[in-house]
Parts: sequence; structure tokens; C-alpha cells
Amino acid sequence: MIAVLLILVPLVAGLGLFAVKSAGGARSMALLASILVLVVSLLGLTVMHDKSHLVYDVPWLPMFNSRFHVGLDGMGQLLCLLTAIAFPLIFVATWNNTYANANRFYALMLLSQAGLMGVFLSMDALLFYFFWELALIPVYFLSSIWGGEKRIAATFKFFVYTFVGSLIMLVGLLYIYFQAGESFSIDVWYNSLHLSADKQNWLFWVMFVAFAIKMPIWPFHTWQPDAYEQAPTAVTMVLSGIMVKMGVFAMLRWLAPVLPDGVYLWGDTVSLLCLVGMVYASLIAIQQDDVKRLIAYSSIAHIGLMCLAIFASDRSGLQGVMFQMFAHGVNIIGLWIIANTIEKKYGTRKLSELGGIAKVDAGLAIMLVIVALGNIALPLTNGFVGEFMMFNGVFGSQVTRFGVLDTAVAGICIILSAVYTLNMIKKIIYGDTNARTAAGTPTTAPVLISLSVIVVVIFLTGIYPKPMLQLTSDTVDSILRYMKTSI
Amino acid sequence: MNAIILSAIWGVLMMFSGIFLSKKSAIRNLAIAGVALVLLVNIAEMGHWQLFQIDTRNMLVFDRFGLLFNTIAFASTLLYLLLSAKDVEEVGTHQAEYFALILFVLCGVGIASAFNTLLMLFLGIEIISIPLYILTGTDKRNLKSNEASLKYFLMGSFSTGIMLMGIALIYGATGSFAVENMSHQLEGLAPLLTAGLLLLLIAMSFKVSAAPFHFWTPDVYDGAPTVFTSFMATIVKAAVFIAFIRLFDAAFGVNLADWRLTIAFIIAATLFIGNITAVFQQSVKRMLAYSSIAQAGFMLFALFGYSAIAKEGILLYAAAYSIATIGIFAVLLKVKDYTFDGFNGLGKTHPLLAATNTIFLLSLAGIPATAGFFAKYYMLLAAVKSGAYLWLVFFAVLCAAVSVYYYFRVIQAMYFKEGNPQVRETSSGFRVVLVVLAALVILFGLFPQMITSHLYF
Repeated sequence: MIAVLLILVPLVAGLGLFAVKSAGGARSMALLASILVLVVSLLGLTVMHDKSHLVYDVPWLPMFNSRFHVGLDGMGQLLCLLTAIAFPLIFVATWNNTYANANRFYALMLLSQAGLMGVFLSMDALLFYFFWELALIPVYFLSSIWGGEKRIAATFKFFVYTFVGSLIMLVGLLYIYFQAGESFSIDVWYNSLHLSADKQNWLFWVMFVAFAIKMPIWPFHTWQPDAYEQAPTAVTMVLSGIMVKMGVFAMLRWLAPVLPDGVYLWGDTVSLLCLVGMVYASLIAIQQDDVKRLIAYSSIAHIGLMCLAIFASDRSGLQGVMFQMFAHGVNIIGLWIIANTIEKKYGTRKLSELGGIAKVDAGLAIMLVIVALGNIALPLTNGFVGEFMMFNGVFGSQVTRFGVLDTAVAGICIILSAVYTLNMIKKIIYGDTNARTAAGTPTTAPVLISLSVIVVVIFLTGIYPKPMLQLTSDTVDSILRYMKTSI
Repeated sequence: MNAIILSAIWGVLMMFSGIFLSKKSAIRNLAIAGVALVLLVNIAEMGHWQLFQIDTRNMLVFDRFGLLFNTIAFASTLLYLLLSAKDVEEVGTHQAEYFALILFVLCGVGIASAFNTLLMLFLGIEIISIPLYILTGTDKRNLKSNEASLKYFLMGSFSTGIMLMGIALIYGATGSFAVENMSHQLEGLAPLLTAGLLLLLIAMSFKVSAAPFHFWTPDVYDGAPTVFTSFMATIVKAAVFIAFIRLFDAAFGVNLADWRLTIAFIIAATLFIGNITAVFQQSVKRMLAYSSIAQAGFMLFALFGYSAIAKEGILLYAAAYSIATIGIFAVLLKVKDYTFDGFNGLGKTHPLLAATNTIFLLSLAGIPATAGFFAKYYMLLAAVKSGAYLWLVFFAVLCAAVSVYYYFRVIQAMYFKEGNPQVRETSSGFRVVLVVLAALVILFGLFPQMITSHLYF
């Protein structure tokens, strides 16, 4: 029941919002609905966590043996929780943003939440594909209608990129469907699918490209900075905080256990792509003057590390990926909230035009420092736990001979990440105020509230990560079991 | 049988109604009632309730597949008339005749979906084609309409000649017009029979506007009055496809593998030309003409990967494509400027038209939760199942990605661009039918078995 509600609540609320006329009412209702989703998600985590509540399975398309099978395992719980937390935060943080036709804006936001939940919950490949595409449509409209100046071209580029990837993936899914004896069920795909290494060899790329575009992995990343820059900030938060996790998630659920030989065969190639992307994105981030683009490139670097850790096929590495999916989602939303506040207040996103904000707005400055330190993985923050575990996994990986080298190069990127993040902090909050920033006022309550929540989460999970690691440990074990069958 | 006879009778009735009925609305309602009746008796025939007992000597076979397609085609026609019957009247002064011709086409559809001999196939295709030549030229004072009509007629006549030639050769090889005899004789691929089949393949490819026999399509679809383009591009095209499938189901039979390369070439060329050329169009109407070529490329997969799946799929495709395209044409008819810019700002001024149009366009692009997704999905499934030429499947999905470009251009114009579109007034009835169409698109997109399961029980 929980699993269905997680999709149904935002879906129904989203559709209902189209009928609401007043902007303020729509905003409150959207927040209410998103909080309701959070409550449902927490209920699933705490009280109603036996299988009967978490799995829902009814026939859907009998002619394809496809079922409406949704369920929550540890990884699903984690990502649904992230999605459920993110939306209220986003709504609160952008509480004072005004939109033309606000009811449609909030309606589409909730619909995208429903689509994302569907992706994380699906236990049937066709259903997964269905939600995978559907999550994209509301985001396409959101960015194209309410985005920046070059929104139409940037969003369309994003849409076409991901659509090409998903269509190629669809062919792969259909091929596996026939190989699995005409079944889309995840249990069958995990347990009774015996694909020869030859087939896995090419199927790997058919599936991988779709996920790599979504994450994005170099060289499939070119849509990302433009899309992040042009989308309205609330949508950018959804894109970078949650949607990129679709790619990581899909690799863990639909690629690694299904095509273990393919993952093993191409592991080093993909790792190389990740490393190139990480170094490349970090170097570009250092050069950026635009805060939004800086965060976008930093995201590419962080996601690259997650992908690297997946292909290391190591227990600690995978645990780190799980943890980091959540941590990165929370942290980057925090960064976007700050970037949005600064842009709204000072009318610019350029680092060169900012400075001295600590003097006029100490609250925001403190938040920025904490979130940014989380992003560069300082101990006691959540980023440290995730990245440490991932490094540990990559270093000790048994499937590659280049573990040490990979760790070294990725380690350099962490240093580079400190360079651009600290540089950003320096340019935004320190130094003297200029004409633009001198008139700054303290940040409003809604933004501070949502940032405080993020800061609490950063420290809480950074100091005591055990509950979250326990949550995903079963999933990690099962993924590793299926991955190891080939080695 | 019910539908064939009733539609012919009603067609004749419509011709005379122009003399006896003076009010336009009376003629229109008579036509709508006729199509509704044809639909009803066809559904009745699916329940084995036959009005006429005629021994066709096995020349026509009314199986589940053909009847179900008829239901889809007649229902689409009914929806089409409910949406656009008023626009039919505005084409010229002979509205009774226009409706009569449409009913004659339906008669041809009934024959083409039930033929069991090549003779009947020919008859069905011709009964479909000849009224269309006339309908294309109904806008008599418009030079483009005249040109389109003449072009269509000339090219159509050539293809008819090629088809007859093919039938003659097959008759020479097998000594019979019956389609079931063809596959028996086909074991060794007798040269005469092969040549005949090739000619038939060319003629049918022409009728469904598959490349490289598609050159007439853009001009004819663009030149014909828009309201008739809508009919031609949807119901008629789907009907010819059903005939195509029926014919080669029997003809290729055991030797499908030998023909795959030929069909693969036609599919690849059709998809490529249709999609790439559509990208460069400035007029939505002409874009839809090329899009119909592109969609035909996908429908041809049913032939390529012929199986039970493909049979279900082509029916769903016919329904999905017809409903969506009829809807888009209905909206297009209300917009005065047919260029992409003519749609600028429609989302603000006419939210309902824009929203339904978006759903239709998403369906044509094959986005999940619309009927168009499962239509394409079925075709890919059939192709992957056949196990041959996997490159073609990848090529097809890349072409589908290209199609997003031109379908979304309309969406972008409607929602993301400012403008003040000139739109004619819409009645509340029109809007209701439009919403019904959009609801059907979503419904079939979530539960395609609502159509396909009727194939079996």
C-alpha cells in the first residue's frame, strides 16, 4: 500500500492542482501534498515496514506478462525518502518565487515527483521504462515554460538526449525480455536469465548509454550545464538532486545484476570515461564565473565518482554509492537554494560581481560554508562518509587491476573540488562588499528553515551514518551476489 | 458483410439526399447516422449476428482480424465526422456527394479488410481509391487541389496498372486468384510468382506511401482540402495497411525470411525519408503528410516481423495513429494559419485545444501513457522477436527520436512562444469530442488490451 501511495498521492494532487485557480492556494496545497508524501515515506520506513505494505503487485498487461509490480527494498526506501524530503524543501525554499500560472507549475512539479517515485519503485522492466519516460515530460514543460532566456533550445537538447538514450534502452529491454522467456519481472531477470558473454557485451552499451546520459557521464554530459542553467531553480533542484540519481539507481538495479558479465567486461572502459569526466568537469568548474554552471560541473564530477565505485563491484564501494546518492541529493539542493537566494537578492550569478555577503547576511554565509564543506566531503559531514566508502571500494576493487590508479586520479579530483568550492565561498562571502552586495538584507525565514533542515541532515547522517547504511546493506548484498556470479 | 452492403446502400441514399433534403444540417446528420449504423452492424457481426446471408464463394472471409479493424475504422470515421462534418460542408456546394463518397470509401474498407482472392483485393482498393481522387479535387477553384487530384489520379492509375500486372502474373503461376493458393506454390519461389508478388508489393507500397513510392503523398495531402486529408491520411491509409498485411500473410507465409531484406530496405528508406524531410517543413499540414510517411515506416514492421504480436500491433497502431491524427487535423482546421508560427500562443488563448493537441502529438511521438507508445512498442516487439536485422530496430528508434523534433515544434509554438493565433470558433460539441479522443489516447496508452483482446474473444 505504501508503495502505491507514494506514486498516487503526488499524481492525484498534481492532477487536482490544474483545477485550482489561486496561486497562493496552489502553492500551499502543493506543499501539503509533498509533506503528505514525506509522511507516507516515513511510515514505510518506520511503522509499516513489513513486506505486505511495501509491495504491491497486480496484473497489468497480461499479453506481455507485464505486471504493475511496485515495491520498496532498501535502495528504493532510500531514494524515495530522498525524493520525499526534497520536494517539501524545494517548495519551502522557493516559497517567495512567483510564477505565471502558478497552479500549473506546482501541478507539473508534483507530477514529476510521481514519475520519479515510479522509477524508484518499479519491479517490472516495462513499468520501469514507462515511468522513466514519464518523469521526463513534466520536467520538459516546467523548464521550457518557466525557464531562462534560452530555455527552449536548452531544454529540448536535454529532452532529445535522454529520449534517444531511453529508446535505445527500450530495444535492449525488449531483447532481454525475449531472452528471459518473455518476462519483464525483475526476479526472472535476476535469477533465470543466462545471457552469453557475447550478448552481454553489446547489450551492456545499449542499456548503459541511457543511464550514462541521465547521470551524466562524460562524454554524454553536454546537455547538462545548459539545462541546469536555463531551468527555473526549483526544477534545477529536481534535476540535479533527484533525476540524475535515476541513472545511478538504474545502473544498480537494471544493469549491474542483469548484465554482470557486461559490467565486468567493460568496467575499465567505463572507469576511464568516469575519470576523464571527473578531471574535465573539475577543471572547467574552476574556470566558471557563473555559480549555476559551477555547481552543474561539480555535479558531473561527483556523479563520475559514484559510477566509478559501481564498477569497482566492491561492498564498501556500493554502500558508499548508496549513501552518497542521498548525501549528494541533499547537499546539491542546498547549494541550489543558496544560489537561488543570491541570484534573487543581488540580481547576478557571477562570482566576480559578488563579495562580502558575510558582512550583510551572516546566516546565509554560515549555511553556504556548511553545505559547501559537505559537498567537498569534510569529515563529520555526510559527503565524507559516502566518498570515503567509495574510495575504499575503488582502492580495494578485485575486478580491476587499476584500482590504485583510479583512486589516485579520483583523489586529485577531490582536491580540485575543494579548490573550486572554497574559491566560490571566498568570492561570494568574503572580501569587501561592492555596490551590488552592500544593500543586502538577511535571508528570509522560509529559505533559512529549509537550509537548516539540510544542515541538520548533513551532520546527522555524517556523524551517525549507521541507520542509513543498514537500510541499504541487504540491497548491496543482493546486487553483489548477482554481480559475482559471473566472476 | 453487414457493413459492406449497408455502407453502399447508405452511400446511394446520401447521393439522393441532396435532392430531397434542403437543410445542410439534415444531410450532415443523415451521414453521421449512416456511419453510426454501419459501425453498429459491424459490431453486431463480430457477435455473429448477420443481416445478410450471401454466399461469396469464399471470396470474402469475415474473420476476427478484419472485423475488428472495421470497427476501429468505422469508429474513427464516426469520430472524424462528429468533429469535422461541418468543415466538410465548407469545402464546396455538394456536401451530400462528399458524404456519399466517404461512405463508398467505407464500403471499400470493408472489402479490403475481408478479401480472400486477389480479385476482391483489387476491387476493394479501387473502391477506396476512386472516391479519394474526387475528394482530393473537391476544392475546384483552388489550383493546388486540382493539381493534387490529377497527380493522385495519374500516379494511382499507374500503381493500379502495376497491381493488375502482378495479379495477372500470379494467376499465371498458380492458376487461381485465391490467396491461400499462393503460399502452397511458393515453396520453390517460381520466377513468375516472385515477379508477380514483387509487383504487388510495389503497388501496395505505393498505396501506403512507403518509400521509394511516396512522392505523391506530400503534394496530394497538402493540396487536398484539409478535412479530406485527415480522412485519407488516417482511416484509408490504415485500411490499405490491413489489406497489405492480409495479402502478404498469405503470400509470404513460409518464405517470409526470403522477403525480409526487401521489406527491411523499404522500411529503412521510408523511415529515413519521412522523418528527415518532415524536419524541414514550415507548414504543419505538410509536416503531417511526411509524418504519415514516417508512421507508415513503423507500421511496415508488422509485415517485417509477421506474427500474432504484429497482428495485434497493427490494429493498435491503426487505432492510435488514426485517433491522434484525426484530432490534430481537427485542431488544424480551426487554426487559420497552417505554418508552425500560426500555433504560437495557442496554449494561452485556447487551453483546451492546445492541451488535447499536445496529447495527440505526444502519442504520435510515442511517449508512454499514450496509445502511440504501445503502438510503436508492439512493432518493435514484433521486430525483435523475429530476431532478424536488429540494426533496423535501432535505426527505427533513432528515427523515432528524430520525429520528436517536428512534433514538439508544434508543442513549443503552442506553449513556449508568444503570439495571437487566429482561431475559428469551436462549438461545445466539438470540444467534447476532442476531449473524448484525448481520453481514448490515454486509455489505450495505459490498457492497450482494450483493443487487442477483442482479437481473440
